[in-house]
Amino acid sequence: MDSIIELKNVTFEYDDNDIKNTVISNFNLEIERGSFTVILGHNGSGKSTLAKLFNGLNKPSAGEVFVDGISTLDEDNEIEIKRRVGMVFQNPDNQLIASVVEEDVAFGPENLGLRPDVIRQRVDEALKAVEMYEFRTAAPHHLSGGQKQRVAIAGIIAMKPECIVLDEPTAMLDPKGRAEIVSTLHKLNKENGITVVLITHFMEEAEKADRVIVMNDGKIITDDIPKIVFSNVKKLKSVGLDVPQTTELLYSLKNNGFDIKTDVISIEEAADEIYNALHLEEK
Amino acid sequence: MLKDITFGQYYRCNSIIHRLDPRIKILLLIVVFIFIFLAQGFAGLLVMTLFITIIILLTKVPIKLFLKNLKSILPIIIFTTLINLFYSKDGIVLFEIWKLKLTTGGVERAVFLALRIILLIIVGSVLTYTTTPNDLTDAIERLLSPLKFIGLKRFVHVLAMMMTIALRFIPTLIEETEKIMNAQKARGANLEEGNIFERIKALIPILIPLLISSVRHAYELAEAMECRCYNGGEGRVRMKKLRLHISDYLSCVVCLIFSSSVVVFNILI
Repeated sequence: MDSIIELKNVTFEYDDNDIKNTVISNFNLEIERGSFTVILGHNGSGKSTLAKLFNGLNKPSAGEVFVDGISTLDEDNEIEIKRRVGMVFQNPDNQLIASVVEEDVAFGPENLGLRPDVIRQRVDEALKAVEMYEFRTAAPHHLSGGQKQRVAIAGIIAMKPECIVLDEPTAMLDPKGRAEIVSTLHKLNKENGITVVLITHFMEEAEKADRVIVMNDGKIITDDIPKIVFSNVKKLKSVGLDVPQTTELLYSLKNNGFDIKTDVISIEEAADEIYNALHLEEK
Repeated sequence: MLKDITFGQYYRCNSIIHRLDPRIKILLLIVVFIFIFLAQGFAGLLVMTLFITIIILLTKVPIKLFLKNLKSILPIIIFTTLINLFYSKDGIVLFEIWKLKLTTGGVERAVFLALRIILLIIVGSVLTYTTTPNDLTDAIERLLSPLKFIGLKRFVHVLAMMMTIALRFIPTLIEETEKIMNAQKARGANLEEGNIFERIKALIPILIPLLISSVRHAYELAEAMECRCYNGGEGRVRMKKLRLHISDYLSCVVCLIFSSSVVVFNILI
């Protein structure tokens, strides 16, 4: 597997008043280049810690994290690692630096010391990719949460990263904003070939992912394609996660004696499945 | 209520004044400030008033926005006017109450000073309305850049970065203050009544949460900046290059003509 991020026997601990807290221990994970991976887990499952290990914001206490073959412990390459793995956080307000959208998007490339005309071109491309080009001269505080978050994503992709890691980017957004972000990410993944690692606790955002990793207590519980992960309703519920509403419905129908598959996620497929099941019943 | 603060807010529009180089705008602002102070008589000040009126019309910014800024300093204008009304003893005495004499010289002086303050505020707002905060900090950074020759390169960058971030977070913090105020009101805090000390005391439950949340903002922002390859401004290049155009040179000439006429009037009258 051609992996962009690789965690080898990683342990991460922090000191809290001289008490050592181990968030994750002996953790192994590889993220494939060009893939769309969703990491699910409820609060305190260690998923944010994991995200910050991916680009060297957190340094492993033991083991090593490799980004494109470079260890995050290598201090000379810190900028290189951050350029390759961009990161978007929960609160868009705390990620925007400038008072004009395009100047904010330019912040990353400006730090890389590129030529001004190259920066200009990258900023325009990035804003077009997230469909925020017409807002390029707007002030961030006049935008909606979803729009601000898309500007934050543009700020990252203007640095031309190999991979974007998003730590609950939709937690503070309304359903519309959430849908905007998820479709933007899928577009970037398909059209620009950017590897996406989306950390979230909203199940429905994982529907179209290539791979879903469920975390609990610093450990991987399940790691598979969405259909299989979500069909295991009991396991997901045991770690405090909800399943998508469609799966939930199909699951309870099955428990009540319907002959029905539970490994479909999209609403259309679920509707078909229910229709077929009811049809069989009539016969 | 807090949203009314317009000072330092950019008005989006595309006028000649908006397009001027921000460095030129800052320098000309300083020149205009100086000449407003240098004007000794009404003639000079009226020349500046004419000049500033032309500028305001050129900015295409609604006049009511300028008036809004004036409103915020109205108490200062009224205060200076009242003091000066009775300060001067020149001219004909209009009327006398107790020891206060109102003279024509006093009226003249009061009007003169009020006009001067109004002009200063308006010129200041012209700069902030027509220049994006980022352009402004950019211009200040570049105007201060000669300081790097005396070993203050880092200082100039840090100052500019601080200004950029401060400007960016003003609306966010205002929004947050409103939220906290509403939250405290919902818990029964009384912010509108009581004497001055009670009111100041009532502000504490607003300021402390605001301070804590600012620290949190700062922490998260620092991480986000680090993720965007910021390393203290080393090797940083700006996307926007500032280049002087004909209009910039022209505006300098026009400004100098008006300003020098102030000197001429000062000498003549």
